[in-house]
Amino acid sequence: MSAQKVAERSRPRVEEMPHPMESLLRMERIPHIWCPTCGIGTVVTAFASALEKLKWNLDKVCVVSGIGCTGRVAGYMRLDSFHTTHGRPIAFATGVKLGNPELKVVVISGDGDLIAIGGNHFIHAARRNIDMTVICVNNFIYAMTGGQVAPTTPPTGYATTSPYGSFEKPFNIPQLAESCGAVYVARWTALHVRRLTTSITEALQKPGFSVVEVITPCANYWGRINRLGTGLDLMKFYHDNAVIKHGEDTRNLDIEFQKPIVVGKFIDRERPTFLEAYNQRLSEILGDKFKPYGGKA
Amino acid sequence: MKADPKGVLTGSHFMDGDHACAEGALAAGCRFFGGYPITPSTEVAERFSQRCPLVEGIFIQMEDELASLAAVIGASWTGTKSMTVTSGPGFSLMMEHIGLAAMLETPLVLANVQRGGPSTGLPTLTGQGDMMQARWGSHGDYEIIALSPNSPQEAFEYTIKAFNLSERYRVPVLIMLDECVGHMTEKVVIPSATDIEIEPRKYYRGPKNKYLPFKPDKDLVPFIVDAGAGTRFHVTGLTHDYRGYPVMNAECQEELVRRLVDKIRKNADDIVEFEEEQTEGADVVVISYGITSRVSLRAVDLAREEGIKVGIMRLVVVWPFPEKRIRELAGQVKALVVPEINYGQVVLEVDRCACGRAEVALVPHGGGWVHDPDDILHTIRQAAHGKRVGQGVVEYSRKKRGRT
Repeated sequence: MSAQKVAERSRPRVEEMPHPMESLLRMERIPHIWCPTCGIGTVVTAFASALEKLKWNLDKVCVVSGIGCTGRVAGYMRLDSFHTTHGRPIAFATGVKLGNPELKVVVISGDGDLIAIGGNHFIHAARRNIDMTVICVNNFIYAMTGGQVAPTTPPTGYATTSPYGSFEKPFNIPQLAESCGAVYVARWTALHVRRLTTSITEALQKPGFSVVEVITPCANYWGRINRLGTGLDLMKFYHDNAVIKHGEDTRNLDIEFQKPIVVGKFIDRERPTFLEAYNQRLSEILGDKFKPYGGKA
Repeated sequence: MKADPKGVLTGSHFMDGDHACAEGALAAGCRFFGGYPITPSTEVAERFSQRCPLVEGIFIQMEDELASLAAVIGASWTGTKSMTVTSGPGFSLMMEHIGLAAMLETPLVLANVQRGGPSTGLPTLTGQGDMMQARWGSHGDYEIIALSPNSPQEAFEYTIKAFNLSERYRVPVLIMLDECVGHMTEKVVIPSATDIEIEPRKYYRGPKNKYLPFKPDKDLVPFIVDAGAGTRFHVTGLTHDYRGYPVMNAECQEELVRRLVDKIRKNADDIVEFEEEQTEGADVVVISYGITSRVSLRAVDLAREEGIKVGIMRLVVVWPFPEKRIRELAGQVKALVVPEINYGQVVLEVDRCACGRAEVALVPHGGGWVHDPDDILHTIRQAAHGKRVGQGVVEYSRKKRGRT
């Protein structure tokens, strides 16, 4: 028997090895539903790594997701987690945060969920500066339902409901977030694992409405319908075409079909959160009659 | 458990039903309100926004009704008693999250101050056209509880009851006010906190790592926890098992949805509440709810003056429906007369329960105003003969007269 074969035999089988993030995942639910080469798992890893780095009391961290492939993230995190309705996780999370302000609230959902059907909640939570972190997984397409056009689909990308190629202007998520008042805005691709983890860590610590957009490969729908190759080819595309420009003006962050994608941290600024503003204003007006709101405590 | 005195505005007040509803919620311990303004329910939100900061609660005006009820569900899962209020089109927008609240078995209260519909309809004028929507509005099968107060005093009292029921059964409870009751100003007596009974939340007290959010107790109602308490629970709007994890098959659907409806249906005797007067030996019983139950009193008085033996039954809890009692009554009377401000909703349930044993007559009204007691009287007179038994819901044409 060759030395190589002996080495292979003695290596522990993967399924026998403890998962390095076991404490953060609902292992009884693994394997997950995501397709091979999907980027959502990478985002989960980055999020879990950020939480490990922060060493917070994880009993006080809540995850809220909407509907769609990314909507399933809540169900895999060993945290208090809510899988809600399509488009409404930010509104739901607003209630969680205000119900108990000592909770750290994280919304993880997809571009269709947060920016199409949930667009209204996204802009208003940003305006109010509700203290939450939104991780928006953007794969340019509705994947759970089989590859329909999204408000993020770059023209002239194909989808099952844009069989002649999309012609609508997509949302530029960082610009939308900035213009509505978000205090922290970053964008990475699923390839930028280390930088993505750093951004999520920063966003989680930032008081106020923080947004991290993650461009992720969807080989089964986006890749297949547009003949862009495998998941690996999509990652190769990020490798060759992602341009890091920290502090870039968010007006310049439109994503065009198969053109370079600008990534980086664009916004990091201070603004009173909803509850800070609430407590300040009501203390001014009501004086001693008002006890600053701290939730259940 | 007694009420927290902080939220109880003990004393004698002169206030409308909307304000009384807000005070009832505060007395019940509600400390989160997420809502969106819509006539004729806005006064509930206005009063909350003013009072909430003074009782260490929080008010937020959300961006729409979808967001309002979503936020209320989220807040309730932190252990904060929560409510919202709406009317007409806003009620339609809330349907999605009534379903989510039912599926997540979240205690919360939703007050719907009914106005004329469909669509934008009559924003400032009364209606009772949302009764079936309250029962069936969200997709799929589920059960809710709906109350129908008929005065500002009751708007106060039944809002407290609504919170108590929602905690007891882990279910969204609807307060089906109507514009008349919402905007009617009367004396409201708020008792002291020690005289207000509060149902405590049905908390899980076992080991944190053993918590199962949907494992039913004997009464079919599972125990609940707060977010942040360390049990690391998961809940989903998907069909789920005891652990709250999605399971996509018919067996799990059967077990879950059967229990969601059974926890209300099998406990209906404890939930149902109605008032009756002179139903023994009556030939006709008038069945009504909300503002219409007060209009009916006049019609019944007039009928009695004419010597007709007429009783009155007033539904306080409309859903679940008092089936047993209506079946009994149907076997004893010639006719059941149902006036309501719609073209026949609750009357369908009355007819179902009557099983053809009594005539069931509807006195409809399209909304915008309450019935003329004469119209109800006219139907009582016709129905007293009970000639059209077993013909389904019947209507007697109204007397010709000018527009009211």
